[in-house]
Amino acid sequence: MSIQIILDKCVGCTLCVKVCPFGAITMENKLAVIDLHKCTLCGACVPACKFKAILLEKAQEKTVKTDLSSYKGVWVFIEQKKGKIQSISFELLGKARELAAKLNTSVSAVFLGNQIEIETQELIFCGADTVYLVEAPQLANYQDEPYTSVLIKLINKYKPEIVLCGATSIGRSLISRVAVKINAGLTADCTGLDIDPEKKLLLQTRPAFGGNIMATIITPNHRPQMATVRHKVMPQPQPDKHRKGKVIKESFHNDELISRTTLLDIVEEVETLINLSEADIIVSGGRGMGGPEYFKILHDFAEVLGGAVGSSRAAVDSGWMPYSHQVGQTGRTVSPKIYFACGISGQIQHLVGMQSSKIIVAINKDPDAPIFKVATYGIVGDLFEIIPALTKKFKEALNR
Amino acid sequence: MDYLLTEEQKMIRDLARKIAVEKIAPVAAKYDQSEEFPWPELKIIADADLFGLFIPEEYDGMGISVLNLCIATEELARACGGIAVCYAASALGTFPIILFGNDEQKKKYLPDIAKGKKIAAFGLTEPEAGSDAAAIKTTARKEGNHYVLNGTKHFITNGGEAQVYTVVVMTDKTKGPRGASAFIVDKGTPGFTFGKKEEKLGIRASATQELIFTDCKIPKENLLSREGMGFIVTMKTFDMSRPGVAAQAVGIAQGSLDAAVKYSKERHQFGKSISSFQGIQWMLADMATQIEASRALVYTVARMVDAGIKDVGKDSAMAKMFASDTAMKVTTDAVQIFGGYGYMREYPAEKYMRDAKITQIYEGTNQIQRNIIALQLIKETAK
Amino acid sequence: MNIIVCIKQVPETTEVRINPETNTLIREGVKSIINPFDMYAIEEAVRLKEKSNGKVTVITMGPPQAESALREAISMGVDEAILVSDRAFAGSDTWATSYTLSCAIRKIGAFDIIICGKQASDGDTAQVGPGISMHLDIPQVTYVKKIEEVKDKTVRVERMTEEGFDIVETPLPVLFTVVKEINEPRLPSLKGMMRAKQAKIVNWSAKDIEALPECIGLKGSPTNVVKIFTPTPRSGGQMLKGDTQEIVQKLVQELKSEIN
Repeated sequence: MSIQIILDKCVGCTLCVKVCPFGAITMENKLAVIDLHKCTLCGACVPACKFKAILLEKAQEKTVKTDLSSYKGVWVFIEQKKGKIQSISFELLGKARELAAKLNTSVSAVFLGNQIEIETQELIFCGADTVYLVEAPQLANYQDEPYTSVLIKLINKYKPEIVLCGATSIGRSLISRVAVKINAGLTADCTGLDIDPEKKLLLQTRPAFGGNIMATIITPNHRPQMATVRHKVMPQPQPDKHRKGKVIKESFHNDELISRTTLLDIVEEVETLINLSEADIIVSGGRGMGGPEYFKILHDFAEVLGGAVGSSRAAVDSGWMPYSHQVGQTGRTVSPKIYFACGISGQIQHLVGMQSSKIIVAINKDPDAPIFKVATYGIVGDLFEIIPALTKKFKEALNR
Repeated sequence: MDYLLTEEQKMIRDLARKIAVEKIAPVAAKYDQSEEFPWPELKIIADADLFGLFIPEEYDGMGISVLNLCIATEELARACGGIAVCYAASALGTFPIILFGNDEQKKKYLPDIAKGKKIAAFGLTEPEAGSDAAAIKTTARKEGNHYVLNGTKHFITNGGEAQVYTVVVMTDKTKGPRGASAFIVDKGTPGFTFGKKEEKLGIRASATQELIFTDCKIPKENLLSREGMGFIVTMKTFDMSRPGVAAQAVGIAQGSLDAAVKYSKERHQFGKSISSFQGIQWMLADMATQIEASRALVYTVARMVDAGIKDVGKDSAMAKMFASDTAMKVTTDAVQIFGGYGYMREYPAEKYMRDAKITQIYEGTNQIQRNIIALQLIKETAK
Repeated sequence: MNIIVCIKQVPETTEVRINPETNTLIREGVKSIINPFDMYAIEEAVRLKEKSNGKVTVITMGPPQAESALREAISMGVDEAILVSDRAFAGSDTWATSYTLSCAIRKIGAFDIIICGKQASDGDTAQVGPGISMHLDIPQVTYVKKIEEVKDKTVRVERMTEEGFDIVETPLPVLFTVVKEINEPRLPSLKGMMRAKQAKIVNWSAKDIEALPECIGLKGSPTNVVKIFTPTPRSGGQMLKGDTQEIVQKLVQELKSEIN
């Protein structure tokens, strides 16, 4: 694999310099030069060159060690906490059905836990043709090592071509280990998943550089093709109570379920009980709130809407809200149906964490605040007047 | 403008700027309101080794350099004139020990000051001895192995908060200025208490408090140099510290200019940013030029001091006077550019203006500086 | 206690802007910084060292320019720095990156704790930390928000979850990925900066770390980027004007159907 500039063809137009996402191309003596330390061989420059002066030689297809065609089916790792299936898993089942239809194959759910069989029906209703059920006391709560070892063994046994997993704290910790061990390709935080109609490959599209660019990624020579997806990116399917499927129980020896780490306790913090990532409506406050005591009007508003309260980094750094409520690059990434940004100016780090929300309502007294550039509805005004009025009006309108 | 700083000086500037931007700027308004002493911020400055900039290496410092001290002070003042003066006043209180202390005194005090474990203060001014320092009334009477101090110092920066005080008092009133001597007094010495903490117009993060000596007995080892050297200690100390006050003024002015430029680009009137109006542009241009001229003067004097050039009195007076007058003018203009918002506490402009005023007053009012400059001029031409 | 910190040099994303005409990233003048999450890893390592009299080694895989990130780590109190750099690493995905770093860690030798930031701010994958622990076959605890207790052979930590946190005890050696909550990174000190300026940075190539050629760079990466494009930027919507009552009325009308 190599990349080079064909010097005879390069006219020094700098088009390639501009499209390189990694800043790897510079001009020297009016000719393009590629810094191979920075170049990731992504190929963005090749079509940009109008003079066909960039030659990217793809590596010869590796001698394929594994028979790719023996891998069939789309799998979803089902995440459960205290036996309750997390909403992300249903969202993934919906997507898995769509992909399976294009591949003319089936959808399976991998479900690990303890005394969880009762929940398997729900997985079938939401799109699973098969549920691989593994029950053991050691699997009651998520632990890296036993979960990794079970999943690896199941994948090796049944050879799925695609494995999807939530980009949650559990999912990210688990699936990265699995992918390394079985030599699979893994793409994090996909916002788009599709099937290449010709090659039947999984097209995984994800944001990079804080959402400033998008990349589509494939895993050509390794199986399974693995991807994680964030909450709320895929729509949740409507359960179909008539759907049928089968449950295959798998059992493991105790020595296959050993964990070197010990989970001593699970602590739920009252303030984080409403999981920001799962909330449909988020009311967030920023520096414009002026102090911790004023967040009460946001709590009241969120309660009426059945939503959660979020916060910008400025409000967290000022000690007005706990870190667990922070939305943005160093906090949580959310994409609710409605996001209210109250007194939040809209620094890029905040926008990165919420700009995929369906509707954004921004309330700020500064008409030049950058938040208005992404807002579906912008209101220039005093939030201390507007929020209570909205709370009252929604209360009436929603009969709450 | 390029001041041809060394790698080390650039390092100091960048580090002080980082502290100013990340740690001080966010809390400047809070301290301005609460008037609390900024110990957490001084700890950050200490952990960064910046208190070592005015302490010799053999006493755990980074080596004395007035220019380095000026660079650090300027950057800190850009974010908060009050916090910057807490830092610079520790240098002021330490210079007498560095310049005139013996090895025991230096060993005892300097390493802790270099590490920021202790901060220092300089006590000269009295209620009736401001610009007229010869009118000092506080006395030190020798009693065997001790001196006994009586009297009151006021307007002492870092007063009440500092652990180490260098004070100038009269050991022999009959000799006038030649009867003054300098001593080191530790906080906590019996008979050494603090009076009221002043409420100030600006630099409100800094503490300004009275030092009260009532039969305060200190060991004779705490005398700096010899009896009668008090005024020489004071003059030499000010030669070292004046560029620092000037640097503080440059920092305050620069901070207000930064804020004014930013605001002028964001503020729209008549459909355009106000920075597109020539009236505003000319103000900004004048402000920037005056600041640069001050900085050039300050750095030059600081370099002279570091090079060991004697008789920098006139030059350092020029730097202090010009930089502080510039700070007052620039910060006033910055408030003007901010318009009505400039008058409001919610915006940063008015604080810079309040912080700037003191630089025209302390460590010799600008009128005294003019006296120094003029006297020297006349002397030079008389030769 | 021997601690290894893995860091990455990233462009300061806050400064990354899109050229509206060409729809491409403007990279001129964009500063390179240590991945913000790795700053917490460095700080935690230095704190552990200060308590236990250990040694902290920082390691990065990247171009020669990444040396400046290593020097910054030294200025914060890290003892040794290793730059793993080779043209053969170009095009590495998270599989190949975690493999490469694990090879370098094996070469370093005995260690007790590896600390990584939870993810890098440019890629946001959070995959390299867990990948390293798997390549080295050691336990991991991700999203650590507090190291509660360090004993001779075990460490007890708090792992942040969506609902709160888990308390986990782990034997050594172990790999942690840490979140912002764990500490407030210190600023460098002048003495540290001067030490950093003079410090010798160890340079390792693919051959030095005995990495298998088929496992590094593009060859060792199961995933390939096939397309890079700029998302259509979210455009602003409408500004609601009028008095408070009018605005509220309008908004409730627009949003009511979205709320169930």
